[in-house]
Amino acid sequence: MTTESMQYCIHTRNLNLWYGEFQALKNVNTDVKNGLITSLIGPSGCGKTTLLRCFNRINERFTYVRTEGKIVILGKNIYDPDVSLIELRKSVGMVFQRPNPVPISVYENILFGLRIHHPFGSFKKSELDDIVEKSLMEVGLWKDLKDRLKAKATSLQLEQQQKLCIARLLPLKPDVILMDEPCSALDIEGTRAIEELMYQLRGRYTIVIVTHNMAQARRISDECIFMLLGEMIEHARTEELFLNPRNPRTGEYIEGRYG
Amino acid sequence: MNDTADSTLKNTLPQRQFLSIAMENLLELIIRLSGISAIIFVLAIFFFVFREALPIFFSDHFDLAKFLFNTQWYPTSEVNVRYGTFALTFGSISVTFLAMIIAVPFGLGSAIFISEFCGPKMKESLKIIIELLAAIPSVVWGFIGLTVMSRIIVSLTGAPVGVNLLNGGLILALMSVPIIVSISEDALKAVPDSYREAALALGATKWQIIYRVLLPSAKNGLLAAVLLGIGRAVGETMAVLMATGHAVQIPHGPLDSVRTLTANIAAELGEASAGSDHYHVLFLTGILLFIITFAVNLTADLVIRGIRRK
Repeated sequence: MTTESMQYCIHTRNLNLWYGEFQALKNVNTDVKNGLITSLIGPSGCGKTTLLRCFNRINERFTYVRTEGKIVILGKNIYDPDVSLIELRKSVGMVFQRPNPVPISVYENILFGLRIHHPFGSFKKSELDDIVEKSLMEVGLWKDLKDRLKAKATSLQLEQQQKLCIARLLPLKPDVILMDEPCSALDIEGTRAIEELMYQLRGRYTIVIVTHNMAQARRISDECIFMLLGEMIEHARTEELFLNPRNPRTGEYIEGRYG
Repeated sequence: MNDTADSTLKNTLPQRQFLSIAMENLLELIIRLSGISAIIFVLAIFFFVFREALPIFFSDHFDLAKFLFNTQWYPTSEVNVRYGTFALTFGSISVTFLAMIIAVPFGLGSAIFISEFCGPKMKESLKIIIELLAAIPSVVWGFIGLTVMSRIIVSLTGAPVGVNLLNGGLILALMSVPIIVSISEDALKAVPDSYREAALALGATKWQIIYRVLLPSAKNGLLAAVLLGIGRAVGETMAVLMATGHAVQIPHGPLDSVRTLTANIAAELGEASAGSDHYHVLFLTGILLFIITFAVNLTADLVIRGIRRK
Protein backbone atom coordinates (compact mmCIF):
# COMPACT_ATOMS: atom_id res chain seq x y z
CA MET A 1 0.00 0.00 0.00
CA THR A 2 1.25 3.46 -0.88
CA THR A 3 1.29 6.43 1.43
CA GLU A 4 -1.75 7.74 3.23
CA SER A 5 -2.15 10.77 0.99
CA MET A 6 -2.19 8.68 -2.17
CA GLN A 7 -4.93 6.49 -0.87
CA TYR A 8 -7.36 9.28 -0.06
CA CYS A 9 -8.83 11.84 -2.39
CA ILE A 10 -11.04 14.01 -0.20
CA HIS A 11 -10.58 14.87 3.47
CA THR A 12 -12.93 17.05 5.45
CA ARG A 13 -11.84 18.38 8.82
CA ASN A 14 -14.23 20.02 11.31
CA LEU A 15 -16.53 21.06 8.52
CA ASN A 16 -19.42 23.22 9.68
CA LEU A 17 -21.96 24.88 7.44
CA TRP A 18 -24.83 27.26 8.13
CA TYR A 19 -27.73 28.29 5.91
CA GLY A 20 -28.41 31.61 7.59
CA GLU A 21 -29.09 30.59 11.21
CA PHE A 22 -29.63 26.92 10.48
CA GLN A 23 -26.61 24.67 10.92
CA ALA A 24 -26.72 22.04 8.18
CA LEU A 25 -23.32 20.37 8.76
CA LYS A 26 -21.83 19.76 12.20
CA ASN A 27 -18.16 18.93 12.55
CA VAL A 28 -17.97 16.56 9.63
CA ASN A 29 -14.69 14.63 9.47
CA THR A 30 -14.39 12.15 6.68
CA ASP A 31 -11.89 10.68 4.25
CA VAL A 32 -12.98 9.55 0.81
CA LYS A 33 -10.79 6.98 -0.89
CA ASN A 34 -9.29 7.44 -4.32
CA GLY A 35 -10.92 5.73 -7.26
CA LEU A 36 -13.80 4.19 -5.34
CA ILE A 37 -17.51 4.87 -5.34
CA THR A 38 -18.62 6.35 -2.04
CA SER A 39 -22.30 6.74 -1.19
CA LEU A 40 -23.71 9.40 1.08
CA ILE A 41 -26.90 8.06 2.67
CA GLY A 42 -29.30 9.28 5.29
CA PRO A 43 -32.83 10.62 5.67
CA SER A 44 -33.99 13.82 3.98
CA GLY A 45 -32.47 16.95 5.42
CA CYS A 46 -29.49 15.17 6.94
CA GLY A 47 -27.03 17.30 4.99
CA LYS A 48 -25.76 14.76 2.48
CA THR A 49 -26.49 16.95 -0.56
CA THR A 50 -25.09 19.94 1.30
CA LEU A 51 -21.86 18.05 1.97
CA LEU A 52 -21.64 17.00 -1.67
CA ARG A 53 -22.16 20.58 -2.80
CA CYS A 54 -19.27 21.67 -0.58
CA PHE A 55 -16.83 19.57 -2.55
CA ASN A 56 -16.99 21.88 -5.55
CA ARG A 57 -18.04 24.91 -3.51
CA ILE A 58 -21.18 25.37 -5.58
CA ASN A 59 -23.02 26.00 -2.30
CA GLU A 60 -21.51 29.43 -2.26
CA ARG A 61 -23.68 30.78 -5.02
CA PHE A 62 -26.18 31.51 -2.28
CA THR A 63 -24.93 34.38 -0.21
CA TYR A 64 -26.54 33.18 3.02
CA VAL A 65 -24.27 30.11 3.19
CA ARG A 66 -21.39 30.22 5.67
CA THR A 67 -18.75 27.50 5.86
CA GLU A 68 -16.05 26.77 8.43
CA GLY A 69 -13.39 24.08 8.50
CA LYS A 70 -11.24 22.42 5.93
CA ILE A 71 -11.82 20.31 2.84
CA VAL A 72 -8.67 18.91 1.29
CA ILE A 73 -9.06 17.62 -2.25
CA LEU A 74 -5.99 16.28 -4.05
CA GLY A 75 -3.74 17.66 -1.34
CA LYS A 76 -5.08 21.18 -1.37
CA ASN A 77 -7.48 22.90 1.04
CA ILE A 78 -10.18 24.14 -1.31
CA TYR A 79 -11.12 26.93 1.10
CA ASP A 80 -7.64 28.48 0.89
CA PRO A 81 -7.87 32.00 -0.49
CA ASP A 82 -5.51 31.22 -3.39
CA VAL A 83 -7.70 28.40 -4.71
CA SER A 84 -9.26 29.12 -8.08
CA LEU A 85 -12.89 28.07 -8.17
CA ILE A 86 -12.59 27.54 -11.90
CA GLU A 87 -9.69 25.08 -11.52
CA LEU A 88 -11.45 23.35 -8.62
CA ARG A 89 -14.60 22.83 -10.67
CA LYS A 90 -12.58 21.55 -13.61
CA SER A 91 -11.17 18.75 -11.49
CA VAL A 92 -14.36 18.15 -9.49
CA GLY A 93 -17.29 17.59 -11.82
CA MET A 94 -20.91 17.40 -10.78
CA VAL A 95 -24.01 15.55 -11.99
CA PHE A 96 -27.35 16.83 -10.76
CA GLN A 97 -30.61 15.31 -9.63
CA ARG A 98 -32.51 16.38 -12.73
CA PRO A 99 -30.55 16.00 -15.96
CA ASN A 100 -29.60 19.56 -16.87
CA PRO A 101 -28.00 19.70 -20.29
CA VAL A 102 -27.85 23.25 -21.60
CA PRO A 103 -30.42 23.87 -24.40
CA ILE A 104 -27.80 23.80 -27.16
CA SER A 105 -26.69 20.91 -29.36
CA VAL A 106 -25.37 17.60 -28.01
CA TYR A 107 -22.02 18.42 -29.59
CA GLU A 108 -21.76 21.81 -27.93
CA ASN A 109 -22.87 20.43 -24.57
CA ILE A 110 -19.92 18.08 -24.51
CA LEU A 111 -17.53 20.82 -25.53
CA PHE A 112 -19.04 23.33 -23.11
CA GLY A 113 -16.28 22.86 -20.54
CA LEU A 114 -13.47 23.03 -23.08
CA ARG A 115 -14.91 26.11 -24.73
CA ILE A 116 -15.15 28.07 -21.52
CA HIS A 117 -11.67 27.15 -20.32
CA HIS A 118 -9.71 27.62 -23.54
CA PRO A 119 -9.54 30.69 -25.77
CA PHE A 120 -11.33 30.52 -29.09
CA GLY A 121 -9.37 28.52 -31.68
CA SER A 122 -7.34 26.40 -29.23
CA PHE A 123 -8.55 23.23 -30.87
CA LYS A 124 -8.86 22.08 -34.44
CA LYS A 125 -12.23 20.86 -35.62
CA SER A 126 -10.90 17.31 -35.93
CA GLU A 127 -9.62 17.38 -32.35
CA LEU A 128 -12.99 18.55 -31.11
CA ASP A 129 -14.73 15.81 -33.09
CA ASP A 130 -12.42 13.26 -31.49
CA ILE A 131 -13.09 14.57 -28.01
CA VAL A 132 -16.84 14.42 -28.57
CA GLU A 133 -16.63 10.90 -29.93
CA LYS A 134 -14.42 9.71 -27.08
CA SER A 135 -16.62 11.24 -24.41
CA LEU A 136 -19.81 9.81 -25.89
CA MET A 137 -18.11 6.41 -26.30
CA GLU A 138 -17.11 6.43 -22.66
CA VAL A 139 -20.72 6.87 -21.50
CA GLY A 140 -22.09 4.53 -24.15
CA LEU A 141 -24.05 7.13 -26.07
CA TRP A 142 -22.00 7.22 -29.27
CA LYS A 143 -23.99 4.56 -31.07
CA ASP A 144 -27.31 6.25 -30.35
CA LEU A 145 -26.26 9.82 -30.89
CA LYS A 146 -23.56 9.84 -33.53
CA ASP A 147 -26.07 10.96 -36.16
CA ARG A 148 -27.81 13.40 -33.85
CA LEU A 149 -24.91 15.50 -32.63
CA LYS A 150 -26.63 18.64 -33.86
CA ALA A 151 -29.88 17.82 -32.07
CA LYS A 152 -30.85 19.96 -29.12
CA ALA A 153 -29.69 18.22 -25.96
CA THR A 154 -32.92 18.95 -24.12
CA SER A 155 -34.84 16.92 -26.72
CA LEU A 156 -33.17 13.64 -25.74
CA GLN A 157 -34.65 11.00 -23.43
CA LEU A 158 -33.99 11.67 -19.75
CA GLU A 159 -31.59 8.75 -19.49
CA GLN A 160 -29.60 9.99 -22.46
CA GLN A 161 -29.63 13.49 -21.03
CA GLN A 162 -28.19 12.25 -17.75
CA LYS A 163 -25.49 10.27 -19.55
CA LEU A 164 -24.72 13.37 -21.58
CA CYS A 165 -24.37 15.31 -18.35
CA ILE A 166 -21.73 12.79 -17.28
CA ALA A 167 -20.09 12.83 -20.71
CA ARG A 168 -19.68 16.59 -20.70
CA LEU A 169 -17.51 16.37 -17.57
CA LEU A 170 -15.00 14.04 -19.19
CA PRO A 171 -13.22 16.41 -21.65
CA LEU A 172 -12.04 18.41 -18.63
CA LYS A 173 -10.39 15.25 -17.24
CA PRO A 174 -11.81 15.55 -13.73
CA ASP A 175 -10.44 13.56 -10.79
CA VAL A 176 -13.67 13.53 -8.83
CA ILE A 177 -17.25 13.18 -10.04
CA LEU A 178 -19.98 14.22 -7.63
CA MET A 179 -23.45 12.82 -8.26
CA ASP A 180 -26.50 14.21 -6.53
CA GLU A 181 -29.19 11.50 -6.76
CA PRO A 182 -28.42 11.01 -10.45
CA CYS A 183 -31.13 8.39 -10.96
CA SER A 184 -34.04 9.93 -9.09
CA ALA A 185 -35.62 11.26 -12.30
CA LEU A 186 -35.06 8.04 -14.24
CA ASP A 187 -36.99 4.79 -14.63
CA ILE A 188 -35.60 1.31 -13.87
CA GLU A 189 -33.86 0.95 -17.22
CA GLY A 190 -32.32 4.40 -16.99
CA THR A 191 -31.19 3.75 -13.45
CA ARG A 192 -29.57 0.49 -14.45
CA ALA A 193 -27.79 2.16 -17.36
CA ILE A 194 -26.41 4.93 -15.15
CA GLU A 195 -25.32 2.43 -12.51
CA GLU A 196 -23.51 0.35 -15.09
CA LEU A 197 -21.85 3.47 -16.38
CA MET A 198 -20.72 4.39 -12.88
CA TYR A 199 -19.24 0.96 -12.50
CA GLN A 200 -17.26 1.43 -15.69
CA LEU A 201 -15.99 4.80 -14.56
CA ARG A 202 -14.96 3.38 -11.18
CA GLY A 203 -11.21 3.33 -10.72
CA ARG A 204 -10.51 6.13 -13.16
CA TYR A 205 -12.52 8.68 -11.22
CA THR A 206 -13.33 9.08 -7.56
CA ILE A 207 -17.12 9.06 -7.44
CA VAL A 208 -19.18 10.43 -4.58
CA ILE A 209 -22.90 9.82 -4.91
CA VAL A 210 -25.80 11.03 -2.82
CA THR A 211 -28.67 8.58 -2.89
CA HIS A 212 -31.99 8.14 -1.20
CA ASN A 213 -32.17 4.61 -2.40
CA MET A 214 -30.40 2.32 0.06
CA ALA A 215 -30.56 -0.62 -2.27
CA GLN A 216 -28.75 1.47 -4.85
CA ALA A 217 -26.07 2.43 -2.34
CA ARG A 218 -25.64 -1.23 -1.56
CA ARG A 219 -25.45 -2.22 -5.23
CA ILE A 220 -22.96 0.30 -6.47
CA SER A 221 -20.81 1.71 -3.73
CA ASP A 222 -17.58 0.51 -2.21
CA GLU A 223 -17.96 2.65 0.87
CA CYS A 224 -20.89 4.30 2.58
CA ILE A 225 -21.16 7.39 4.72
CA PHE A 226 -24.28 7.56 6.89
CA MET A 227 -25.37 11.02 7.94
CA LEU A 228 -28.04 12.18 10.35
CA LEU A 229 -29.10 15.74 11.23
CA GLY A 230 -25.93 17.27 9.82
CA GLU A 231 -23.57 14.87 11.54
CA MET A 232 -21.54 12.08 10.06
CA ILE A 233 -22.58 8.99 12.01
CA GLU A 234 -20.69 6.21 10.35
CA HIS A 235 -18.27 5.65 7.48
CA ALA A 236 -17.43 2.09 6.55
CA ARG A 237 -17.15 -0.39 3.72
CA THR A 238 -20.60 -0.90 2.24
CA GLU A 239 -21.05 -4.55 3.28
CA GLU A 240 -19.85 -3.76 6.76
CA LEU A 241 -22.17 -0.79 7.17
CA PHE A 242 -25.18 -2.75 5.99
CA LEU A 243 -24.39 -6.02 7.79
CA ASN A 244 -22.67 -4.91 10.98
CA PRO A 245 -23.39 -1.25 11.60
CA ARG A 246 -21.35 -0.03 14.55
CA ASN A 247 -23.71 2.76 15.52
CA PRO A 248 -27.22 1.74 16.62
CA ARG A 249 -28.75 4.70 14.76
CA THR A 250 -27.22 3.44 11.52
CA GLY A 251 -28.72 0.03 12.14
CA GLU A 252 -32.15 1.44 12.85
CA TYR A 253 -32.08 3.56 9.70
CA ILE A 254 -31.01 0.63 7.57
CA GLU A 255 -33.78 -1.49 9.04
CA GLY A 256 -36.22 1.26 8.12
CA ARG A 257 -37.25 2.25 11.64
CA TYR A 258 -37.19 5.94 10.68
CA GLY A 259 -36.35 8.23 7.74
CA MET B 1 -92.05 9.97 12.33
CA ASN B 2 -90.79 8.51 9.13
CA ASP B 3 -92.98 10.79 7.05
CA THR B 4 -91.69 13.97 8.64
CA ALA B 5 -88.11 12.84 8.15
CA ASP B 6 -88.89 12.26 4.49
CA SER B 7 -90.46 15.63 4.03
CA THR B 8 -87.61 17.52 5.70
CA LEU B 9 -85.21 15.64 3.49
CA LYS B 10 -87.15 16.75 0.45
CA ASN B 11 -87.18 20.33 1.65
CA THR B 12 -83.46 20.45 2.02
CA LEU B 13 -82.80 18.98 -1.40
CA PRO B 14 -81.63 22.07 -3.27
CA GLN B 15 -84.01 23.22 -5.95
CA ARG B 16 -82.27 25.70 -8.24
CA GLN B 17 -84.13 28.92 -8.69
CA PHE B 18 -85.01 30.07 -12.16
CA LEU B 19 -83.38 33.41 -11.40
CA SER B 20 -80.01 31.94 -10.47
CA ILE B 21 -79.95 29.84 -13.63
CA ALA B 22 -80.78 32.88 -15.72
CA MET B 23 -78.11 34.92 -13.96
CA GLU B 24 -75.51 32.27 -14.65
CA ASN B 25 -76.41 32.12 -18.31
CA LEU B 26 -76.31 35.88 -18.52
CA LEU B 27 -72.88 36.01 -16.91
CA GLU B 28 -71.62 33.36 -19.27
CA LEU B 29 -72.92 35.39 -22.19
CA ILE B 30 -71.19 38.52 -20.94
CA ILE B 31 -67.88 36.69 -20.51
CA ARG B 32 -68.25 35.22 -23.99
CA LEU B 33 -68.91 38.65 -25.43
CA SER B 34 -65.91 40.21 -23.73
CA GLY B 35 -63.84 37.32 -25.03
CA ILE B 36 -64.70 37.98 -28.65
CA SER B 37 -65.01 41.74 -28.26
CA ALA B 38 -61.36 42.19 -29.28
CA ILE B 39 -62.16 40.68 -32.68
CA ILE B 40 -65.21 42.87 -33.07
CA PHE B 41 -63.29 46.03 -32.19
CA VAL B 42 -60.42 45.26 -34.52
CA LEU B 43 -62.79 44.54 -37.38
CA ALA B 44 -64.74 47.69 -36.66
CA ILE B 45 -61.58 49.78 -36.65
CA PHE B 46 -60.45 48.20 -39.93
CA PHE B 47 -63.81 48.89 -41.46
CA PHE B 48 -63.87 52.50 -40.34
CA VAL B 49 -60.32 53.35 -41.36
CA PHE B 50 -60.64 51.64 -44.74
CA ARG B 51 -63.94 53.34 -45.39
CA GLU B 52 -62.43 56.73 -44.67
CA ALA B 53 -59.37 56.01 -46.80
CA LEU B 54 -61.09 54.42 -49.78
CA PRO B 55 -62.29 57.54 -51.65
CA ILE B 56 -58.68 58.73 -52.16
CA PHE B 57 -58.12 55.98 -54.71
CA PHE B 58 -60.71 57.62 -56.94
CA SER B 59 -59.13 61.07 -56.68
CA ASP B 60 -57.31 62.57 -59.72
CA HIS B 61 -54.42 63.83 -57.64
CA PHE B 62 -53.56 60.45 -56.16
CA ASP B 63 -51.13 57.81 -57.40
CA LEU B 64 -50.25 54.87 -55.18
CA ALA B 65 -46.64 54.59 -56.36
CA LYS B 66 -46.09 58.28 -55.70
CA PHE B 67 -47.80 57.95 -52.33
CA LEU B 68 -45.35 55.26 -51.29
CA PHE B 69 -42.10 56.39 -52.90
CA ASN B 70 -42.26 60.15 -53.39
CA THR B 71 -40.74 62.39 -50.75
CA GLN B 72 -42.92 65.40 -51.59
CA TRP B 73 -45.69 65.96 -49.05
CA TYR B 74 -47.69 69.07 -50.02
CA PRO B 75 -51.27 68.13 -49.18
CA THR B 76 -52.60 71.69 -49.12
CA SER B 77 -50.85 73.18 -52.13
CA GLU B 78 -53.19 75.26 -54.31
CA VAL B 79 -51.49 74.49 -57.62
CA ASN B 80 -49.72 71.17 -57.28
CA VAL B 81 -50.97 68.81 -54.57
CA ARG B 82 -48.49 66.04 -53.81
CA TYR B 83 -49.09 63.16 -51.41
CA GLY B 84 -45.66 61.48 -51.15
CA THR B 85 -45.13 59.80 -47.79
CA PHE B 86 -41.69 58.32 -48.31
CA ALA B 87 -39.99 60.98 -46.20
CA LEU B 88 -42.48 60.30 -43.40
CA THR B 89 -42.00 56.55 -43.59
CA PHE B 90 -38.26 57.06 -43.64
CA GLY B 91 -38.60 59.40 -40.68
CA SER B 92 -40.53 56.81 -38.68
CA ILE B 93 -38.05 54.07 -39.52
CA SER B 94 -34.95 56.15 -38.86
CA VAL B 95 -36.18 57.43 -35.50
CA THR B 96 -37.13 53.90 -34.47
CA PHE B 97 -33.82 52.51 -35.67
CA LEU B 98 -31.83 55.10 -33.74
CA ALA B 99 -33.97 54.52 -30.66
CA MET B 100 -33.35 50.77 -30.82
CA ILE B 101 -29.59 51.20 -31.23
CA ILE B 102 -29.65 52.99 -27.90
CA ALA B 103 -32.46 51.14 -26.13
CA VAL B 104 -31.61 47.51 -26.91
CA PRO B 105 -28.13 47.41 -25.32
CA PHE B 106 -29.31 49.46 -22.36
CA GLY B 107 -32.48 47.44 -21.92
CA LEU B 108 -30.83 44.04 -22.21
CA GLY B 109 -27.93 45.14 -20.01
CA SER B 110 -30.28 46.39 -17.38
CA ALA B 111 -32.38 43.22 -17.53
CA ILE B 112 -29.24 41.08 -17.12
CA PHE B 113 -28.14 43.19 -14.19
CA ILE B 114 -31.53 42.93 -12.50
CA SER B 115 -31.90 39.21 -12.97
CA GLU B 116 -28.31 38.04 -12.45
CA PHE B 117 -26.23 40.52 -10.53
CA CYS B 118 -28.09 42.63 -8.03
CA GLY B 119 -29.36 41.72 -4.59
CA PRO B 120 -33.05 41.31 -3.77
CA LYS B 121 -33.47 44.81 -2.31
CA MET B 122 -31.79 46.52 -5.23
CA LYS B 123 -33.88 44.35 -7.56
CA GLU B 124 -37.17 45.45 -6.05
CA SER B 125 -36.32 49.13 -6.09
CA LEU B 126 -34.97 48.99 -9.64
CA LYS B 127 -38.09 47.26 -10.90
CA ILE B 128 -40.33 49.83 -9.26
CA ILE B 129 -38.33 52.72 -10.71
CA ILE B 130 -38.40 51.18 -14.18
CA GLU B 131 -42.16 50.76 -13.94
CA LEU B 132 -42.32 54.39 -12.95
CA LEU B 133 -40.39 55.25 -16.08
CA ALA B 134 -43.04 53.41 -18.12
CA ALA B 135 -45.79 55.40 -16.42
CA ILE B 136 -44.56 58.81 -17.57
CA PRO B 137 -47.10 60.17 -20.12
CA SER B 138 -45.74 60.58 -23.61
CA VAL B 139 -46.54 64.28 -23.71
CA VAL B 140 -44.21 64.73 -20.74
CA TRP B 141 -41.48 62.92 -22.64
CA GLY B 142 -42.14 65.23 -25.58
CA PHE B 143 -41.89 68.19 -23.26
CA ILE B 144 -38.54 66.95 -21.95
CA GLY B 145 -37.35 66.50 -25.54
CA LEU B 146 -38.52 69.94 -26.54
CA THR B 147 -36.96 71.80 -23.64
CA VAL B 148 -34.24 69.87 -21.81
CA MET B 149 -32.89 67.49 -24.42
CA SER B 150 -32.96 70.00 -27.24
CA ARG B 151 -30.86 72.47 -25.25
CA ILE B 152 -28.35 69.78 -24.35
CA ILE B 153 -28.08 68.70 -27.99
CA VAL B 154 -27.56 72.26 -29.20
CA SER B 155 -24.87 72.99 -26.64
CA LEU B 156 -23.05 69.71 -27.18
CA THR B 157 -23.17 69.39 -30.94
CA GLY B 158 -23.66 72.95 -32.10
CA ALA B 159 -26.61 71.88 -34.22
CA PRO B 160 -28.81 74.80 -35.38
CA VAL B 161 -31.96 73.19 -33.92
CA GLY B 162 -32.19 70.83 -31.00
CA VAL B 163 -35.40 69.14 -32.10
CA ASN B 164 -34.19 66.54 -34.58
CA LEU B 165 -33.72 62.87 -35.32
CA LEU B 166 -31.22 62.43 -32.47
CA ASN B 167 -33.55 64.06 -29.97
CA GLY B 168 -36.51 61.93 -31.07
CA GLY B 169 -34.37 58.80 -31.02
CA LEU B 170 -33.15 59.47 -27.50
CA ILE B 171 -36.63 60.18 -26.19
CA LEU B 172 -38.05 57.09 -27.88
CA ALA B 173 -35.17 55.02 -26.51
CA LEU B 174 -35.97 56.17 -22.99
CA MET B 175 -39.62 55.35 -23.57
CA SER B 176 -39.03 51.84 -24.89
CA VAL B 177 -36.36 50.82 -22.37
CA PRO B 178 -38.92 49.96 -19.63
CA ILE B 179 -40.77 47.52 -21.93
CA ILE B 180 -37.56 45.92 -23.11
CA VAL B 181 -36.28 45.60 -19.54
CA SER B 182 -39.39 44.12 -18.02
CA ILE B 183 -40.00 41.56 -20.78
CA SER B 184 -36.34 40.52 -21.06
CA GLU B 185 -36.13 40.24 -17.30
CA ASP B 186 -39.11 37.87 -17.37
CA ALA B 187 -37.43 35.86 -20.10
CA LEU B 188 -34.19 35.57 -18.13
CA LYS B 189 -36.05 34.71 -14.94
CA ALA B 190 -37.77 31.87 -16.82
CA VAL B 191 -34.44 30.18 -17.58
CA PRO B 192 -34.28 27.21 -15.19
CA ASP B 193 -31.78 27.63 -12.39
CA SER B 194 -30.44 24.15 -13.15
CA TYR B 195 -28.88 25.50 -16.37
CA ARG B 196 -26.97 28.06 -14.36
CA GLU B 197 -25.82 25.41 -11.91
CA ALA B 198 -24.75 23.14 -14.75
CA ALA B 199 -22.50 25.81 -16.19
CA LEU B 200 -21.29 26.92 -12.79
CA ALA B 201 -20.31 23.36 -11.86
CA LEU B 202 -18.25 23.16 -15.06
CA GLY B 203 -16.28 26.18 -13.88
CA ALA B 204 -17.99 28.89 -15.90
CA THR B 205 -17.67 32.50 -14.81
CA LYS B 206 -20.68 34.75 -14.49
CA TRP B 207 -20.15 36.24 -17.95
CA GLN B 208 -19.71 32.85 -19.54
CA ILE B 209 -22.97 31.73 -17.98
CA ILE B 210 -24.69 34.80 -19.38
CA TYR B 211 -23.55 34.58 -22.96
CA ARG B 212 -23.25 30.82 -23.29
CA VAL B 213 -26.32 29.71 -21.34
CA LEU B 214 -28.73 32.51 -20.54
CA LEU B 215 -28.78 34.37 -23.84
CA PRO B 216 -29.23 31.23 -25.98
CA SER B 217 -31.90 29.87 -23.63
CA ALA B 218 -33.85 33.10 -23.42
CA LYS B 219 -33.44 34.26 -27.01
CA ASN B 220 -37.14 33.94 -27.87
CA GLY B 221 -38.21 36.11 -24.98
CA LEU B 222 -35.43 38.59 -25.60
CA LEU B 223 -36.40 38.90 -29.25
CA ALA B 224 -40.02 39.43 -28.26
CA ALA B 225 -38.89 42.17 -25.89
CA VAL B 226 -36.96 43.96 -28.62
CA LEU B 227 -39.85 43.70 -31.08
CA LEU B 228 -42.33 45.03 -28.57
CA GLY B 229 -39.93 47.90 -28.02
CA ILE B 230 -39.91 48.52 -31.78
CA GLY B 231 -43.69 48.41 -31.83
CA ARG B 232 -43.81 51.00 -29.08
CA ALA B 233 -41.34 53.23 -30.90
CA VAL B 234 -43.06 53.04 -34.29
CA GLY B 235 -46.47 53.80 -32.84
CA GLU B 236 -45.42 56.62 -30.51
CA THR B 237 -46.89 59.94 -31.58
CA MET B 238 -46.91 62.82 -29.15
CA ALA B 239 -43.31 62.59 -27.98
CA VAL B 240 -41.89 62.36 -31.51
CA LEU B 241 -44.18 65.13 -32.70
CA MET B 242 -42.63 67.41 -30.12
CA ALA B 243 -39.04 66.19 -30.26
CA THR B 244 -38.23 65.54 -33.91
CA GLY B 245 -38.71 69.01 -35.39
CA HIS B 246 -41.51 68.02 -37.74
CA ALA B 247 -39.75 68.82 -41.02
CA VAL B 248 -40.66 66.68 -44.02
CA GLN B 249 -37.30 65.59 -45.40
CA ILE B 250 -34.98 62.63 -45.76
CA PRO B 251 -32.44 63.26 -42.98
CA HIS B 252 -28.75 63.38 -43.90
CA GLY B 253 -27.57 62.86 -40.37
CA PRO B 254 -28.84 62.53 -36.82
CA LEU B 255 -28.94 66.30 -36.40
CA ASP B 256 -31.51 66.85 -39.16
CA SER B 257 -35.15 67.31 -38.29
CA VAL B 258 -37.61 64.68 -39.46
CA ARG B 259 -41.32 64.01 -39.39
CA THR B 260 -42.88 60.62 -38.69
CA LEU B 261 -46.05 59.06 -40.04
CA THR B 262 -47.72 59.19 -36.65
CA ALA B 263 -46.80 62.79 -35.91
CA ASN B 264 -48.00 63.81 -39.36
CA ILE B 265 -51.44 62.34 -38.79
CA ALA B 266 -51.72 63.84 -35.33
CA ALA B 267 -50.71 67.29 -36.53
CA GLU B 268 -52.78 67.47 -39.72
CA LEU B 269 -55.95 65.51 -39.18
CA GLY B 270 -57.47 68.29 -37.09
CA GLU B 271 -56.95 70.79 -39.87
CA ALA B 272 -58.00 68.67 -42.84
CA SER B 273 -61.62 69.28 -43.68
CA ALA B 274 -63.66 66.12 -43.39
CA GLY B 275 -64.24 64.42 -46.71
CA SER B 276 -61.41 66.20 -48.49
CA ASP B 277 -58.59 64.37 -50.31
CA HIS B 278 -56.22 65.46 -47.56
CA TYR B 279 -58.48 63.87 -44.95
CA HIS B 280 -58.71 60.60 -46.88
CA VAL B 281 -54.99 60.43 -47.56
CA LEU B 282 -54.25 60.81 -43.86
CA PHE B 283 -56.37 57.74 -43.22
CA LEU B 284 -54.41 55.93 -45.89
CA THR B 285 -51.26 56.93 -44.02
CA GLY B 286 -52.80 55.29 -40.99
CA ILE B 287 -53.25 52.09 -42.99
CA LEU B 288 -49.62 52.28 -44.10
CA LEU B 289 -48.58 52.61 -40.46
CA PHE B 290 -50.72 49.65 -39.57
CA ILE B 291 -49.12 47.58 -42.34
CA ILE B 292 -45.65 48.44 -41.02
CA THR B 293 -46.45 47.42 -37.44
CA PHE B 294 -48.23 44.32 -38.70
CA ALA B 295 -45.14 43.37 -40.71
CA VAL B 296 -42.95 43.82 -37.63
CA ASN B 297 -45.23 41.62 -35.53
CA LEU B 298 -45.52 39.00 -38.24
CA THR B 299 -41.75 38.73 -38.75
CA ALA B 300 -41.38 38.50 -34.99
CA ASP B 301 -43.85 35.66 -34.92
CA LEU B 302 -42.21 33.84 -37.81
CA VAL B 303 -38.71 34.30 -36.41
CA ILE B 304 -39.77 32.99 -33.02
CA ARG B 305 -41.51 30.02 -34.59
CA GLY B 306 -38.41 29.33 -36.68
CA ILE B 307 -36.22 29.37 -33.60
CA ARG B 308 -38.61 27.10 -31.78
CA ARG B 309 -38.67 24.53 -34.56
CA LYS B 310 -34.90 24.24 -34.35
